[in-house]
Amino acid sequence: MANFETPELKDYIEVPLPQIGVMEGEGPFKAKPEHQEALGFPGELIDDWENVAVNKLGDLVNRYRGLRVFLDSCVKCGACTDKCHYYLGTTDAKNMPVARQDLLRSVYRYYHTPAGKFLKKFGMEKLIGARKLTEDVINEWYNYFHQCSQCRRCSVFCPYGIDTAEISMAAREVLDHIGIGQKYCNEIIGKVYKIGNNLGLPEPALANTLEGLEEEIEEDIGVAVKLPLDQKGKDILLVTPSADFFAEPHVDGLIGYAKVFHQAGLSWTLSSHASEAGNFGMFIGSYENMQRVSMRIREAAIDLGVKRIVFGECGHAWRIAYSFLNTLVGPFDFLDPNYPVPQHILEVTHDLIQRGKLNIDASQNDHMTLTFHDSCNVARATRMGPKPGGQMTIPREVIKAVCNNYYDMPEDTIGEATYCCGGGGGILTDDLIEIRVKGAMPRMQALKTVVKENGVTHMAAICAICKSQFTKVIPYYGFTMDQIISVHQLVGDALVFESEISETSEESDETENEQE
Amino acid sequence: MSFLTILFATLFYFATAVLLFGVGYKIWQYAITPAPLKIPVMPAPITKLGVVLRMTEEIVLFKSLFKSNKWIWIFGWMFHLALLLVLLRHLRYFQEPVWWWVNLIQPFGKYAGFAMVIGLLGLITRRIVVARVRYITAPSDHLMLVLIISIALTGLAMRYILRTDIVSVKAFMLGLLYLDVQPIPTDWLFLTHITLVILLLLVFPFSKLLHVPGVFFSPTRNQVDDAREKRHIANWAVKLDATRKS
Repeated sequence: MANFETPELKDYIEVPLPQIGVMEGEGPFKAKPEHQEALGFPGELIDDWENVAVNKLGDLVNRYRGLRVFLDSCVKCGACTDKCHYYLGTTDAKNMPVARQDLLRSVYRYYHTPAGKFLKKFGMEKLIGARKLTEDVINEWYNYFHQCSQCRRCSVFCPYGIDTAEISMAAREVLDHIGIGQKYCNEIIGKVYKIGNNLGLPEPALANTLEGLEEEIEEDIGVAVKLPLDQKGKDILLVTPSADFFAEPHVDGLIGYAKVFHQAGLSWTLSSHASEAGNFGMFIGSYENMQRVSMRIREAAIDLGVKRIVFGECGHAWRIAYSFLNTLVGPFDFLDPNYPVPQHILEVTHDLIQRGKLNIDASQNDHMTLTFHDSCNVARATRMGPKPGGQMTIPREVIKAVCNNYYDMPEDTIGEATYCCGGGGGILTDDLIEIRVKGAMPRMQALKTVVKENGVTHMAAICAICKSQFTKVIPYYGFTMDQIISVHQLVGDALVFESEISETSEESDETENEQE
Repeated sequence: MSFLTILFATLFYFATAVLLFGVGYKIWQYAITPAPLKIPVMPAPITKLGVVLRMTEEIVLFKSLFKSNKWIWIFGWMFHLALLLVLLRHLRYFQEPVWWWVNLIQPFGKYAGFAMVIGLLGLITRRIVVARVRYITAPSDHLMLVLIISIALTGLAMRYILRTDIVSVKAFMLGLLYLDVQPIPTDWLFLTHITLVILLLLVFPFSKLLHVPGVFFSPTRNQVDDAREKRHIANWAVKLDATRKS
């Protein structure tokens, strides 16, 4: 364990007094020149960094209406000050959303507003909280903009909808352009370009892993459930976070998707070219990189000749899929127009359950009492199904269909007000373990409440980052790693397969006429 | 015409021009800046009508602020509603005859001044007392509140303590409006009141008061949730598209 104190879990979340400098520091490991250059950024801090950074900020303000409006509109009312899980967990004043924004807004005011340009002539920029961009400011940006998981919780409560995620993406984009990048994000994006996924898992290893999983499933349930890779002419391309291929509890989710597809008789394939749903281009605020990463999915869909694209359980990936994919690499007019592009695996499973296409025995999960963690990006940046809020109701309806014991965590910690796991937005790296543990406090506190009051034993999640983050930090709070479950593990475990013999008759059934 | 009259008439015209052009420029700037990605904070409406309702709730009721913090909401909403009434009531100084509905709100408008001051005092108290809000407060945040409180107090004083000669005030204002400048009343309370108002008009387009046009342009609130159905693309992104391979 590292040299910091894990926050104590109280009976309810106390809003701390702001402290100065608790989380000051160097920030996460910096990207090496080769990581930077692979993404089109300078390898190391450039000589003319002040001008380039100021100009890049001006460029972004001209390119993104949100950024411009957000930087101008904040009145410092304080509504957001107690909403960030990192502030609640660390007590550091600069982790209050408005204070984090002000790290950048102060520089915007100094260089890009008439008031700042005028007042600085008289040395009076402090009057409006403006400041010059110095090396200290750059370091402060690097540190504190890597203590934001871009979860958007503050934005829900802002009277103008100011989204700190947009500000922190812009700050990271500016830093990348002067040669200061984060190793974790930029190295991973490089791996996607080179190998096809975040984990750097090459095609032969992936094929091997999937074969191993097929054997495992067959041993377990006696049914030959397949996990096809790069098979042309299938209906569905499944794009899932690469952690699903071997991390725990992610892989149990992947097995769950395969079982659902198998039982419903849907024809599907994975792609080694697009073997990653995640897209860290968003974390670094780079439209260009986000587009380049997304392009693999379009290419794989065309190449494999599929009719539909379905995404596995992943939070920010679903944001990019749902909200950005059509913009970045659309239009998807070559796919079956009867289905939304893309679909979430939970939309598929939910629909199958609704139509009675799955044979479910919920008592298979009776040894557990569940709660559900709404992933920040799913809850506040996407939708599932045809109705607003489906991203909250569909996962719960699926869980309740396959589990008999379910309780929600307190109202103000779920749904649109959900607390981030503490590891999103490019924070999921060991060099940031302190902020990860502290940032998980509000979620852990909410979990503790339902564990005590309702006897909850497990928390289900639908995001690769949430799952990795929780299994890592949950022991700090006295829980155990195996208390985190993939939603599709619950589904997979509850599916009843008659036997291999009846399979032939099942397959001849009409299977393929889902409607969204 | 006295020097004072010429000075204030000039300042008033100048400040009005700065306000109109300044805010007009910002609105134009917000309108032409692209919003390249769909970023509504979800759950979001899936129709334009839904967005109109969402925006109305935000602008009329401060719904998100209500969810966030009841104290800021009470003080902030009270101040803004009272300000609206006070501004509408002030229309009577710019028109002859006075519109019927301006007469109708006159009794409410008279007392709204007090509600405005109470709201503002609540907000400034929070800035001083609540450590989190104190930390994020810049000197200009205090000055803005002090400025508006001073405008409100001088206004209330003119009505309830040292009544000003409202007939000549109105003559001056109508004169400004019809480009036929009339002598300005030399009542010091009125001169202070109008000086502060001129100051407010001047700083408006250069300050956080830009939240007034800004709130209408916030993409997290005014976008329709239809990313899967409609391809949304900015002009500069179209150029990137041209370099795509497939």
